[in-house]
This record gives sequence, structure tokens and C-alpha cells, in this order.
Amino acid sequence: MGLNAFITEETIEGDDDGPLADATVAVKDNISTEGVRTTCGSRMLEEYVPPYDATVVERLKAAGATINGKANMDEFGMGTTTETSYFGPTKNPVDEDRVPGGSSGGSAAAVAAGEADLALGSDTGGSIRCPAAYCGVVGIKPTYGLVSRYGLVAYANSLEQIGPIAPTVEEAAALLDVVAGPDENDGTTRAEGADSDYASAAEGDVDGLTVGVPTELVEGADEDVVARFEDALDDLRDQGATVEDVDLPSCEYAVAAYYVIAMSEASSNLARFDGVRYGHSGGFDGDWNESFSEARSEGFGDEVKRRILMGTYALSAGYHDKYYKQAQEARSWVKRDFDEAFEDVDVLASPTMPVLPPKLGESLDDPVQMYLADANTTPANLANLPAISVPAGDVDGLPVGLQLVGPAFGEETIVNAAAAVEQRAD
Amino acid sequence: MTDSVDAEEVRHVADLARVDLDDDAVDEFVDQFGKILAQFEALEEVPEVDSEPELVNVMRSDEVHDCLSQAEALANAEETEDGRFKGPKVS
Repeated sequence: MGLNAFITEETIEGDDDGPLADATVAVKDNISTEGVRTTCGSRMLEEYVPPYDATVVERLKAAGATINGKANMDEFGMGTTTETSYFGPTKNPVDEDRVPGGSSGGSAAAVAAGEADLALGSDTGGSIRCPAAYCGVVGIKPTYGLVSRYGLVAYANSLEQIGPIAPTVEEAAALLDVVAGPDENDGTTRAEGADSDYASAAEGDVDGLTVGVPTELVEGADEDVVARFEDALDDLRDQGATVEDVDLPSCEYAVAAYYVIAMSEASSNLARFDGVRYGHSGGFDGDWNESFSEARSEGFGDEVKRRILMGTYALSAGYHDKYYKQAQEARSWVKRDFDEAFEDVDVLASPTMPVLPPKLGESLDDPVQMYLADANTTPANLANLPAISVPAGDVDGLPVGLQLVGPAFGEETIVNAAAAVEQRAD
Repeated sequence: MTDSVDAEEVRHVADLARVDLDDDAVDEFVDQFGKILAQFEALEEVPEVDSEPELVNVMRSDEVHDCLSQAEALANAEETEDGRFKGPKVS
């Protein structure tokens, strides 16, 4: 039975009219849907049925969209392959022996296979862009604060944003137009995006645009991936763009900083799962602490436990300054590096993922190797910047994604430049 | 110098995080903690960076709005009693 792109297949009808009246949308299963279970890919929330809709779901319905299922994902968004889901891995529709990427792998696979017209994912360290790249579709991680996180089950809330996955840049931008904008239920949302028209920015007019290439994000990538990336840059030059190398020395530290911050926030955010108010309880043997620990041990998978424990360790007495404080310093450094780069260039380009999609089961045993795959995507989350992954060709039939990062609330710029990359692939 | 994490420390952290671990899991985490912390060592090289984040006051007035009904709030609980959550004994 196919790709296992959905955890729950259920039709949620939207309004009769609106810009998405003819579209089906797969919604990642960490985004709350009233009356439809929202599992986060976890045994912990296997039976959890939210009593309310996330703001983005309300906006989808108001735009006339039909939600046709809750998409599979790495458990609580923790993974780069969608293999840590309690409900089994999703297959990559391009090559079913390979992973679709993660953690929004179900969302990207559903779109790539035509099982949904569009999808919503969430991106904490690359979780929209990675599966978009591996499945050969378009994914946008919006600027932090552009899209409401109300109703998104939090993993690392200072880093994550909900965003669109679609077959084309224009369709992804149009879906972003529907969900973007301030929300009184989320105090971190900003006014930008209230009356956005990102879809009409998908012109692909890069004449006069300056594209910076951070050498640090190209050096570590596979030869074949870099070759496709360079081809795409040549095409942008042919269309009138200027391409120049830029130096982002902080990016070398981004993965470590990302994981320390994300794990620390995860250890706090996931403390709510006690099995009493919602979630897997495991029965009530022993006192509160004993039964709480038992329920969490049964309810969470290995990767989630690993991150909760690592985060607890990084925040514990004696280690806070060494890990968490230094990670925040690195985050400030990454932000400053990007700010300085955008004084000279309009967008930054790199391969989205440094490697081609791995085979199923290939990368699960070595968490460190899996974490390092996020080298190119995590900087944008640390700096709260918008980023898009757009198909840039393939290697032996396997898709290669090109990532464009823009300045804060510069969604129009990355959408426009991504459309130029897309045109070459046509 | 990498912090070596032994089984006792993993058990301590698991206890703080309220995650019960069996002995095999403890051994596995000891091994993985070491490898992951070795990656995090790189952060020691990060220089101090002056940053003045742009902070905006997002306080709002304290007004009563519609909220979940008692039945909705209790709907996902495994056990309830007289309109309340029922949990394990505290100690």
C-alpha cells in the first residue's frame, strides 16, 4: 500500500469558495486538526484528538482547501529521513528504496506522488527543505514570525515555522499567501505577510540580481550534487544574475548550535507529556514520578529520548555555560554573518542537502552522521531567515535541491530567484 | 577535552527528564552521548558576539475569551473523575 505518506487519511472539507477551492492539501501530523487525530508520528499521541484547529488549518479551510490527510513525519519532527515515525517510514516516490527526507517526509512524498496537490510541513532545522529536495518538489521555510505556530505541537519553538510544499514555486508561494500573516493567538507573529502576494513574485526575473555562494556550504557536499548546483548557477548567470563567493565562517558551527538549542527546547517542550491530561499513560502503577517516567519511556521513540536527554544534559548545572550559552553565541554570530552578507548580495545559494537521498535504513544507526546532513539548512533557522528549496536537476534520476536564503521577510526575492532556477529545469 | 559521560550520569539525566531507561538503553546512550558531545565541543571556539536583539513588547490586556469546555479539556485524558483529571498518587 504505497508510500505510507499519510498517518491518517481523512477528508476535511473547506469552504465552498476561495483560492484553494480546487486543491487538496496534506497537513503534517504535528499541526492540530479539530476532531481528527494529530499524532506527531508518536505512540505518545496515537489517540490524541485536538479539540481545536491550528490557525493555519483555519486559514486553509477559509481558502476553500480540502485537507485530505495528516502526513507522516519523523516523531515530533526529530529526524532527517521520516524513518523515526512510530507509524513506519515513508518511501520516496522518486525511488521507493530511498528515504523521502525529513521530518516533513510524508508531506513532500504526498505532493511528489500526486497524492495531494499541496502540503504543509514544519521546518525546525530544514524539515521542509530537506524532503522537498529529496522528493524533487518545492518547499519554503518562511521568515520566523510570518506564519502562526498556534496549534503546531512545539518541538523547538524559537526555530520552527510552518511552511508550504508544492510542485512549483508559484503554487508554494500561493499557499504561503493563504497561511501567512499575524495571529492574535501567537504573540511571535509579525505584521508582515498580512496582505502578501508572494505568488505574483514568482516571475523568475533575475537580471541584475546578485547571488552570493557561501563557500562553506558547498565544500562539504558530494561532487555530483555540487555539479548540478554549479549548472544551475551558470544558468542564473546566463539570465543576467551576478554570482559571487561569500564567506560565512559561522556556518561551520551552525549544526552544533542548532542541535544544542533544539534539544534544549525539546527537553522543555516535551515535559508536558505526562500521560495524565493527554497522551499515552501506560496505566498508573507507582507514584507520580515512576508512572510519568514509565509512560514517557513507552510513549517516546529512541530519537526523541536521545534529544530530551541530551537537552536535559546541556541545560543541567555545570554544563549550561559550556553548551547552551555557547550555542546562543554561535546563533548571534550566524545572524551577524548573514546580515553582513546581505549588505552585498540579494540572496544566498547553496545545495539544499549535501548528499543524495540515502537508502531506507542506511542512516538510522549513526545519529551524528544524520545530524551532519543538516549543515546547509540549519543556518537559516538560527538566523530566523526565509529559505526555499527548488529542484535543480538530478543525478542518476535522484533529485538535487538548490536552496536560496533571503533577508528577513524577503520572501518575494527568494520566490523570484527560485522561479528562475525552476525555469531552467523545464 | 570531551566530557565523558558514564552510566551513572545518563541515569541521573534520565531521572531529571523523567524517562525510564533499561540497562541496554543506558549503555547505548553512554556511547552516543560521547559521540554527540564530541561534535558539540566545536562550540568552544565560538567567539563572544555582541548582539542587541530587537525586542518588542507583546503583552496584551488580560481579557476573558471563549475557551475549551470542561468536557473538551478532559476528552483526551485516560482517566477522569467528577470533571477532573485523575493521575497517579503523588508520592
